[in-house]
Amino acid sequence: MNAAVAELWPYLMLVLVGYLPNEIWRVLGLVLARGLNEDSQIVVWSRAVATAILAGVIAKLILFSSGALTTIPLTVRLTAAICGFLAFLAVKRSVFAGVAVGEAVLLLGGFLFTQ
Amino acid sequence: MSSRDTFDSNAAAFFGGVKSALTSVFCLVLMGTYIGIGALAHDFGLASWWLALSTVLVWAAPAQVILISATGAGAPLIEIAIAVSLSAIRLFPMVVALLPLLRGQGTRLRDLLLPAHFTSVSMWVESLRLLPTIQHQHRVAFCNGLSVGYMGTAATFGFVGFYLAAGLPPLLAGTLLFLTPMSFLISTARNARMMVDRLALVLGLILGALLTYLHVQLDLMWTGMVGGTLAYIVHRVREVAT
Repeated sequence: MNAAVAELWPYLMLVLVGYLPNEIWRVLGLVLARGLNEDSQIVVWSRAVATAILAGVIAKLILFSSGALTTIPLTVRLTAAICGFLAFLAVKRSVFAGVAVGEAVLLLGGFLFTQ
Repeated sequence: MSSRDTFDSNAAAFFGGVKSALTSVFCLVLMGTYIGIGALAHDFGLASWWLALSTVLVWAAPAQVILISATGAGAPLIEIAIAVSLSAIRLFPMVVALLPLLRGQGTRLRDLLLPAHFTSVSMWVESLRLLPTIQHQHRVAFCNGLSVGYMGTAATFGFVGFYLAAGLPPLLAGTLLFLTPMSFLISTARNARMMVDRLALVLGLILGALLTYLHVQLDLMWTGMVGGTLAYIVHRVREVAT
């Protein structure tokens, strides 16, 4: 692979496996925009699939972290995620409270248990 | 609110939209989300301009996170495309629900191309709330302004996260990286109003961890198809039973 191709490759990939597979659903919505409501069965199913995929990504990022997060032990990452989630439930389902508590626990645990 | 509903021109409506975006709570959410995504892109060895372009072209945080983490980890291209596409199906009903609000007399299909591309959770929620208060002929301009405000914020804070992650010591960079899974976990849980969505979240967390641990090929695709479909079947069985 020559240098120019190697440099452009990430951008080509962005279009092919990022932009196009994502955009197709917006275009379909534009073309076929009638007769679907939020409660139709296909919409409920597709939302469940999308939710499960996103949950899978979340689990991977927390449990099988890469880069800078690997310097923080797995038990600290897991504890932080659980504490954040519990804070979210406790404080009127506040996203801000959940994220703030999760991050604080991660920072504290990382500070205490990272060599 | 009342000052929003009359605009003299499309330009005024556009800037009214930008202003609504920058003063809404979603602006803060996007800042936090894209700082996290910027850190993630840096961590997986992608360029900051690549991230900015992905924000403009893909414009869906979940798809971008999948794209960045899978690309950086060297997953097969077909797997990345499938996972991104499965995460984006939700955009379809959102566009379908948004367009009737934008269509007026003399609205051409090409006027709707940009709003369709701009459709994402933050823009969609705010459009559905604000568009009914705006005159029909200015709605597309307002909607585009709103979206440009959100997208500009996201792209800017993607850079912020990217360069913060590059310059911070490992522990703090790790804390930035943790923003993405933490905020996605909680916002997904908050958006899961129906039992089927909550079940899909739990099954996805378990399957995602399990399949990665077992080194299963196309793990994200299976997590979505199996976890989502299982949650849906349980939902249908309960619905029929009651």
